[in-house]
Amino acid sequence: MLDARGRRRADVVVADGVIRAVGPDVLGDAPARARVLEASGCVVAPGLVDLHAHLRQPGAEEAETVETGGRAAALGGYTAVVAMPNTDPPVDSAAVAREVLALGGRALVEVCVAGAITIGRAGKRLAPMGELAALGVRLFTDDGAGVQDGALMRRALDYAKGLGVTLAQHCEDDHLAGAGAMHEGAWSSRLGLPGIPSAAEESMVARDIALARLTGARVHFLHLSTAGSVELVRRAKAEGLPVTAEAAPHHLVLTDASCASYDACYKVNPPLRTETDVTAVRVGVLDGTIDAIATDHAPHLPEAKDVPFDDAPSGMLGLETALAVALSVMDIAQALASLSWKPATIAGLSPRHGGPVEPGAAANLCVIDPALSWTVDPVRLASRSRNTPFGGWTFMGRNRHTVSAGEAVVVDGEAQR
Amino acid sequence: MAERERSHTRGGTFVPRSQVLSAADVQRALVRMAHEVAERNGGLDQVVLVGLQTGGVPLARRMAEALRDAEGTEVPVGSLDVAFYRDDIGLRPVLPEAATDIPCDLTGRVVVVVDDVLFTGRTVRAALHALSDFGRARAIQLAVMVDRGHRELPIRPDYVGKNLPTRRDEMVDVSDDGVVIGSLG
Amino acid sequence: MTHLLSIADLDREGIEEILRVADAFAEVEKRPIPKVPTLRGRAVATLFFEESTRTRLSFETAAKRLSADVLSFSAASSSVKKGESIRDTVETIEAMGMDALVVRHSSAGVPVQVSRWVKRCKVINGGDGWHEHPTQALLDCFTVRQLRGGIDGLRVLIVGDIRHSRVARSQVLAYTTLGASVTLAAPGSLLPPSLEGWPVEVAEDLDDALGNADVVSLLRLQAERGSGAFVPTLREYTAGWGLTARRAALLGGDAIVTHPGPMIRGVEIAGDVADLPQAVVTRQVTNGVAVRMAVLFLLLGGVL
Repeated sequence: MLDARGRRRADVVVADGVIRAVGPDVLGDAPARARVLEASGCVVAPGLVDLHAHLRQPGAEEAETVETGGRAAALGGYTAVVAMPNTDPPVDSAAVAREVLALGGRALVEVCVAGAITIGRAGKRLAPMGELAALGVRLFTDDGAGVQDGALMRRALDYAKGLGVTLAQHCEDDHLAGAGAMHEGAWSSRLGLPGIPSAAEESMVARDIALARLTGARVHFLHLSTAGSVELVRRAKAEGLPVTAEAAPHHLVLTDASCASYDACYKVNPPLRTETDVTAVRVGVLDGTIDAIATDHAPHLPEAKDVPFDDAPSGMLGLETALAVALSVMDIAQALASLSWKPATIAGLSPRHGGPVEPGAAANLCVIDPALSWTVDPVRLASRSRNTPFGGWTFMGRNRHTVSAGEAVVVDGEAQR
Repeated sequence: MAERERSHTRGGTFVPRSQVLSAADVQRALVRMAHEVAERNGGLDQVVLVGLQTGGVPLARRMAEALRDAEGTEVPVGSLDVAFYRDDIGLRPVLPEAATDIPCDLTGRVVVVVDDVLFTGRTVRAALHALSDFGRARAIQLAVMVDRGHRELPIRPDYVGKNLPTRRDEMVDVSDDGVVIGSLG
Repeated sequence: MTHLLSIADLDREGIEEILRVADAFAEVEKRPIPKVPTLRGRAVATLFFEESTRTRLSFETAAKRLSADVLSFSAASSSVKKGESIRDTVETIEAMGMDALVVRHSSAGVPVQVSRWVKRCKVINGGDGWHEHPTQALLDCFTVRQLRGGIDGLRVLIVGDIRHSRVARSQVLAYTTLGASVTLAAPGSLLPPSLEGWPVEVAEDLDDALGNADVVSLLRLQAERGSGAFVPTLREYTAGWGLTARRAALLGGDAIVTHPGPMIRGVEIAGDVADLPQAVVTRQVTNGVAVRMAVLFLLLGGVL
């Protein structure tokens, strides 16, 4: 068993959504006819928490729904996901937030919603953050776009502070990014694809660090992808500013060289960067500069991706592969910290999620088989879409069982409903 | 020409077995054929020699020299690569080997096509097609150093250096040193 | 050769073979009947998702002179307008029995993608975004080789909007593969963001570079792609980077000036310079047909 307090050997008894007993000889406490989930050789841990999933509902149900995305999450070991607000319509009103939360109530995992910072994510007027916060929304972001107007962002931060919520920024200067389709550098120059310079991300990270200093409000940086961004956040944290950050699994292992195939599966925003950036992001996760690994799970139908690289939408799947990718570059304790308890804290879900595995705690657990070798078959993913860049990759380590709110929703790698 | 390309396809090397004509025999045959060309056409007015790339080209030049020696007339000599007219494109790799150079409009001319070996007749068929793109010749005649039989098309030479019965799988090589029969090793 | 998507797919031997075969087709072009039956029964489709006059005409002329059937597809008047995807369009056209597809698109990489979608068609890149225009570079090399006897050791200077130029990317690969040295000359805003891995030098001074060049490849300032915004004014661009009459006088006696066309006289090249004997633009166009015949022949004339 492994949680924020460390590693130990124990059985866990769950009943009525709550952990009843944890210890070496507690199976006797189990209710009669209790279901036994075999976990020898496995690691029992608090369920994973994804700060960043695009579940596409409402608006693009052909690519994903709360139900299918929730199932993918459960299979990946997650017990909670934060649904991004760039739906159609976007989550910029209590009505849409309620709709997504209602859909989430039937999902295999707990579905939280992030609200938009501005109406229509258009970067012009503040969204009703108070109304949304009253529904339990704890993260606000215009993800898919950054808030370009510095003054508006400052106002949003000032306002958010009073609500006790966190603004999460997709850092991208639209002017610098232009029509960019991949990282700007040696590969984009050679491939003739318009590039997005690292500076497009870093300039907004720098601006928002300055705004965090100015306002004292919390800022969470979404999917950091460049060495420069990691360094900026490292310094901001050293200064004691209230900033947190996440990185996407693909930015830990893939580089812009993948785009040489012109397969739009590798188009993602922020784009895949260079080897130097990949190393810096990994180091950032390992030294705690980057708090969380968040999937940026972004489903798109094959026909949406089978188009010119320039025209393709950005994004790749992540929920079912994130844990395996993380385990390929760090040990399981580090992986769980950045996939479970740290993101749970950022999302305001702790200790219900990511909390210590102890009697009385909510039963949100995953059981990971760290020695299981498996190959990603895009056709067999639970997501409605197939746009994983890891098709055919063989990984070591996979989620085996997931217990969400006391229910065994995944058993031996199979979703139970 | 046909021989050479077949050797490319099979990818073997030519193993000589017996010499059929010496260098002097080839020269004598060329001079005789030159005389026949002049005789058949009542002189050399309007005659053009076209050697097929690659084996026929030096023979055409030497025939022109023989005609100059015998008749005192310079006959235009051209070369023709028939790669783009072959009927086996797509069946095996066909590449142009050397230059096509037809020195004049062929309309109204008597074109004597010169090649080293006549075998299936397919190269000559391609040459007839190609020549028609350079004008409407009054007549096209065919001179070959060796006719080895095995025709696959209704083509018959007008001037022959030597009729040489062969087996289908044998190879015939014509060079400055004479004519050698052999096989692919 | 399976497809021709990038010059990078070819080694020196491969490029030289194309140029050698193009020699034979250049001779065919001079015949009274400049047409050979070589690709009788084969069908070539030109799929131009971006308009082009000369490249399309050149490919279609080349295919017709090889006796191939030609199907001409233009996005402007097609199902693409109705929302059909490129993939479906390609699959439909291949199903009509095409043997080769010449693909042009304003986005880089589309011919590469198309090559993954076809079952048996050969795909030829007819120009994709800023990426490559392989047949243009091949015909440039062919033209230079025709005039100078070879490419090895020549000093090639590419001047102009290199950032947005597919021609430049193909030229750099083709010329350097054939043993020439390549220098780029452009304002910083029109150079690619990174030249890492490019076997080129960047000229400090255009006038010096012109004096040393055996070949000057001028590129068009692609105003329709917004390149105009990368320089303050066209006048300033011409003054700094155009081949003006004064600069043309710096050229060596046997220097060659190539231009992929369409030429904008008065911007990248002065009107009277374009008419100098060193400017070989019409020769490039003639050679373009021979080189494209060679490419079609090598792709379709092999063992199927």
